[in-house]
Amino acid sequence: MTLAPPPSSRVQLTDDGKLRHFLSVEHLSRSLLEDMLDTAASFVDVGGRAIKKVPLLRGKTVVNLFFESSTRTRSTFELAAKRLSADVLNLDISKSATSKGETLLDTLRNLEAMAADMFVVRHQDSGAPFFIANEVTPGVAVINAGDGRHAHPTQAMLDMYTIRHYKGGFDGLRVAIVGDVLHSRVARSQIHALNILGAEEVRLIGPRTLLPVAAESLGVTVFNDMAQGLRDVDVVIMLRLQKERMDSAFLPSEAEFFRLYGLNNEKLRHAKPDAIVMHPGPINRGVEIASEVADGPRSVILNQVTFGIAVRMAVMSMAISGQESSQNPEQGEDHGR
Amino acid sequence: MRWNEAEIDARLAAMAEQLADEYGEAPPALVGIQSGGAWVAEALNARLASPAPLGSLDVSFYRDDFDTRGLKRTVKPSDLPFEVDGAHLLLVDDVLMTGRTIRAAMNELFDYGRPASIRLAVLFDIGHRELPIRPDICGETLALPPHQRVELRGPAPLVAEVIEIPVKADE
Amino acid sequence: MAAKAHLLIRKGRVIDPASGRDEVADLLVEDGRLVRIGASLDAPGAEIVEAEGLWVIPGLVDACVHLSLPDSGRAGDVTSETRAAAAGGITHLAAQPDCGPVDSTAVVRLIREQAGQAGFARVLPVAALTQHLDGVQLAEMATLARAGCIAVGQAGAPVADALVLKRGLEYAATFDLPVMFRPQDAALAAGGCAHDGPVATRLGLPGIPAVAESVELARDLLLVEATGVRAHFQQISSRESLPLLRAAKARGLPVTADVSIHHLLLDESALEGFDSHCHVIPPLRGAADREALLAAVADGTIDAVCSQHQPSGSFSKTAPFPATRPGISGLDTLLPLVLKLVEDGALPLHRALEAVTAAPARCLGIQAGHLEPGRPASLCVLAAGESRTLSSHWLSAGRNSPWLHSRLPGAVKLTVCQGKVSWLSD
Repeated sequence: MTLAPPPSSRVQLTDDGKLRHFLSVEHLSRSLLEDMLDTAASFVDVGGRAIKKVPLLRGKTVVNLFFESSTRTRSTFELAAKRLSADVLNLDISKSATSKGETLLDTLRNLEAMAADMFVVRHQDSGAPFFIANEVTPGVAVINAGDGRHAHPTQAMLDMYTIRHYKGGFDGLRVAIVGDVLHSRVARSQIHALNILGAEEVRLIGPRTLLPVAAESLGVTVFNDMAQGLRDVDVVIMLRLQKERMDSAFLPSEAEFFRLYGLNNEKLRHAKPDAIVMHPGPINRGVEIASEVADGPRSVILNQVTFGIAVRMAVMSMAISGQESSQNPEQGEDHGR
Repeated sequence: MRWNEAEIDARLAAMAEQLADEYGEAPPALVGIQSGGAWVAEALNARLASPAPLGSLDVSFYRDDFDTRGLKRTVKPSDLPFEVDGAHLLLVDDVLMTGRTIRAAMNELFDYGRPASIRLAVLFDIGHRELPIRPDICGETLALPPHQRVELRGPAPLVAEVIEIPVKADE
Repeated sequence: MAAKAHLLIRKGRVIDPASGRDEVADLLVEDGRLVRIGASLDAPGAEIVEAEGLWVIPGLVDACVHLSLPDSGRAGDVTSETRAAAAGGITHLAAQPDCGPVDSTAVVRLIREQAGQAGFARVLPVAALTQHLDGVQLAEMATLARAGCIAVGQAGAPVADALVLKRGLEYAATFDLPVMFRPQDAALAAGGCAHDGPVATRLGLPGIPAVAESVELARDLLLVEATGVRAHFQQISSRESLPLLRAAKARGLPVTADVSIHHLLLDESALEGFDSHCHVIPPLRGAADREALLAAVADGTIDAVCSQHQPSGSFSKTAPFPATRPGISGLDTLLPLVLKLVEDGALPLHRALEAVTAAPARCLGIQAGHLEPGRPASLCVLAAGESRTLSSHWLSAGRNSPWLHSRLPGAVKLTVCQGKVSWLSD
């Protein structure tokens, strides 16, 4: 058909291929994701200094626009923005406020009067950050902090950072993602990121009620059995299981889920001896993961939080940089000394 | 105008001599600015009687032209494997142009701690100064017109040449 | 507009799928009736329309239009939308019962009055099967039929209780009222906004599985068989539904079906980039479904093609995809898109035209959609080969269409609705 909707990459990138919004990992290039991880590495170093702040985004205003509240994610973005010397405004807009007649578009127009340079958006609807990115004033960057079941790209990049930190790279890696993939925006972003960065195999493990209907089309191998799915993997990523899944007949009980898919030391034996265990958090002990694993030697769950700020600093500075460069077309690679 | 390996080598040797004169028995910690400055710092260090503590800075996060030029494509982590508080530092860069990079580097150093002193060593000073920053140690001083600058290629062998740069209207 | 004038349309290519006629001929309308089709007709005093190089086809019959009444939340009004219909060559349209809803004679009267005053198209109201479309209590179907409703239906609102549905069908059958079904199991579709396939999987959009349609279609067909009611199934979207329809027709059940034109042109890949203009219910399905639907239209398993016109204001689409109101404004594009399918070789010309003229008239049980001498004249004269960008000719108050800025074939020059000129392009 004559219809050609713009693929996500065209919204996210400038004409010369720089990141200007970060909405989804899908369709981005390997080199761009690697640049992101390298830049994040520099920011990890900043976090270890006496003064944990750089002047990069001095005078910029970052608005955390959270339509779904999440103190944890919002705090990481807030800290990241502050370490870049930006001014931060936190707005928690609950669903009830927007249902009073003010549309998302109205909210957006009001905020633009504040001359924000960046919106960090979390929304319950898949695609909301794409909508916002298409509607904002040119020059304003949009970062997706989680939309519906669609994507959570900064979390996925933090996970990639963690994997690279412990495994050195992605070549030859087998990664298993376990649990409620159907409802997980993190899992979708992780799958894209792992495939782009060159992982050998991405596996999904779970009961069929918690796997998307066309899961294989994402570029993964699907397993319904933990022992088979975990065999010889280098990385195990456990997903959080929401309690309400039991009420809507996805599962009979937490106990049965834990017996079949909960990660304990016994199941972890099937993975490689040096396999690491990750979890985007917050964890449900005894539901998807046993304490012996969560607190065990192969768990890297706490370090994931530390790297989170650095990854978000990298994403924010790259996106603002991309916006600046598309506003200043004269800009070149030449950095005058 | 070009400088071959031997010519660069001679300038490095002269700089090492100046360094010894400046600091005597207690050599400073060398801090090279990524990426050319880091090469020069390393080459300089190899010429010292006893090797000094060596670090490197990537000043990307401190540049004053982020608004117009954006972020460099790849940023390397800064690496200062010594205590900055109370240290005597020698900041090393390949080419001194406007002085803005040096200002950014000093800002970054102060976020690590409060050094006892900072001096500046450059391989070339090409006379495009825009800030009151001058080298304490210099391989060669030039007076290039605005449309020219020196480019150092490395890390080994180190060679350099004068290249033309397009002059932009707002600069 | 000249009322009931004598009209001589000369030298057009007259295509009437109902009779198989396809020839260059003259066509004479007298006192609102089509009196003759033939070579070199002579009619002193008649207004002459030179149609050389143009096509003359029956006025289109659209079996599924969601009308804009006050409080329907839709853009425009009866006048604006029927005018768009006339400009699109449509002379008859079945108004779905979800405006109002159509469960009282007052609403039927309102629709007929407004449509009559506007005079752009014949609006055929479909009555609600249950009061307020709530799926609980039967509407006064016989009274509504006497007030002018041609069929009953639920416009997609569920009747979850099979007993209520069975009784509703029995009651409709008592008065030989056809029932329109849009099969979609409410529980299986709950919360969904896209076809449960690879695209929804990637975009993280809550899915509506194909089985939501086929499971309800199967139930409905069994109840149709049990009650003997005449049934028309609307907006078939998935290939799994087609064997069920074929089997029902083979068993001789009084069953017909239609498909929305957008399901013949688009598939789930159109949702890429979260294009909310492609948010429709039932959802755009897979490429294989689209192929199967086209084949089913070609072989007659699906009788008719409709616009499923749902005009809405721009605000309804300016939101994140799942929060947007589903629906496409389709009156302006029905004929151009049918011609596009013919141009692309997806459907043969006569069958394609039949699917928007004679076939939907048969589904609705009305006398329309053909060029039969002696009957009131409803026809459309168009330049089939002339393509144009739609946005500058758009007439519906709803501009919610993925084709708003597309170039499509087919420019309507003249529409005659029941003997009256309802559209004349300048």
